[in-house]
Amino acid sequence: MFATLAPILFQATLETLYMVAAALVIGTSFGLPLGVFLATSGRGELFESLIFQKTIGPIVNATRSVPFIILAVAIIPFTRMVVGTSIGTSAAIVPLTVAAIPFIARIIEGAVREVDGGLVEAAQAMGARPMQVVTKVLLPEALPGIIHGLTLTAVTLIGYSAMVGAVGAGGLGDLGIRYGYQRFRPDVMGAVVITLIVLVQMVQTSGDLLARKADKRNI
Amino acid sequence: MIRLSEIHKTYPARRGSPAHVALRGINLDVAAGEIVGVIGRSGAGKSTLIRCINLLEVPTSGAVIVNGVDVTALSKRDLPLFRRQLGMVFQHFNLLSSRTVYDNIALPLELAGASKADIAAAVDPLLPLVGLEDKRDRYPAELSGGQKQRVGIARALSSNPKVVLCDEVTSALDPETTRQILSLLRDINKRLGLTMVVITHEMAVVKQLCDRVAVMDGGQIVEEGSVDAIFSDPKHATTQSLLADEFLDFRPAHPVSNPVEGA
Repeated sequence: MFATLAPILFQATLETLYMVAAALVIGTSFGLPLGVFLATSGRGELFESLIFQKTIGPIVNATRSVPFIILAVAIIPFTRMVVGTSIGTSAAIVPLTVAAIPFIARIIEGAVREVDGGLVEAAQAMGARPMQVVTKVLLPEALPGIIHGLTLTAVTLIGYSAMVGAVGAGGLGDLGIRYGYQRFRPDVMGAVVITLIVLVQMVQTSGDLLARKADKRNI
Repeated sequence: MIRLSEIHKTYPARRGSPAHVALRGINLDVAAGEIVGVIGRSGAGKSTLIRCINLLEVPTSGAVIVNGVDVTALSKRDLPLFRRQLGMVFQHFNLLSSRTVYDNIALPLELAGASKADIAAAVDPLLPLVGLEDKRDRYPAELSGGQKQRVGIARALSSNPKVVLCDEVTSALDPETTRQILSLLRDINKRLGLTMVVITHEMAVVKQLCDRVAVMDGGQIVEEGSVDAIFSDPKHATTQSLLADEFLDFRPAHPVSNPVEGA
């Protein structure tokens, strides 16, 4: 029995990892600049832009307040536009990314705000241009917090990726629902749950390890 | 070297707080190679004053002339280039926790786009100057307060500035470390011929480090002169009370009479 289960479980795990990794990478490439801008566009700050603060903040909040499963279904037309289909593993990356961007943005914003304002002032006194303050001071100093936040995002995305099984994506969630639940296969369900637990543990442990390595504040 | 003329700074009113006038017509000249102290109690405006010199605070009106150039007129593009000619040392050191001692000192040069070789040529001789040869690859978290401030001083010197601004640089240090840091600054001033503006609330710092001193109160300079003159014959009540705070045997030669009592 294990011989027949193992390949589909392996396949599903790969699909989950693919979805989560893609959403994390694309989500970070949009969420990181957005988060930095959210943290630095206030009054008297590096990239002061009150219009940005007043418009993007609420949009980010709105996206975050929609339950993921609703978001995934609601943006199907957009998904179809981007990928050409709304079914399958690649299509699932779209809602996962859309959910990840505001999540990551808020996390990066928080991590960047934690950086001591005195460091920004010191960098400016040294003649740093605004972008240099971001790349040389804010991001390196916020790195431990950013790694923690991205780890949290990855774990959340693993959970979300199980939900997109419901809108026709593959992955572990899909396997659990179709085999474990609909075909009454508790062994499959058990295997899916254990795989998810192991996956989350691995992500969390390596995230913690990386964050600790990056953190030079307590040596 | 530095000329401040008629500097006013007003922070506009915000929700919940009225407008705040921090500086009311500051005039101050600092000659090349000189160490000028600016002393005052908290809220006197001295921190705002020093930040007007490198335009971390933009004066509401008045001119800041450094090396013959009115820097308040500089564009956003040119401002960083001007600031690279000034070094600044801070009360709380403001070192990057993610960088080693060497990399912290190298930062101003990195920002200016210097090559690795140029950075090494500038940073390597600074380490022995501030006595940190053996801490080169340590992180700030591994250093004592005095050592952190030495890194801060080396960092302020690495871009080879003509002027160094010191903002309460010894206020977070114990008395012994304070003495060491002040004599280091004095030594650097002599060796490199640097101009320094030193903000402090302690007369002892002025006495040990400065050539001239300006006393601030309520956003104005109320008394100014050579350190010897100010210590031997302080005229203004603020100066007298600052001296009396620290030197218990201090008695003003010409006490300022209390106007109420005098009437």
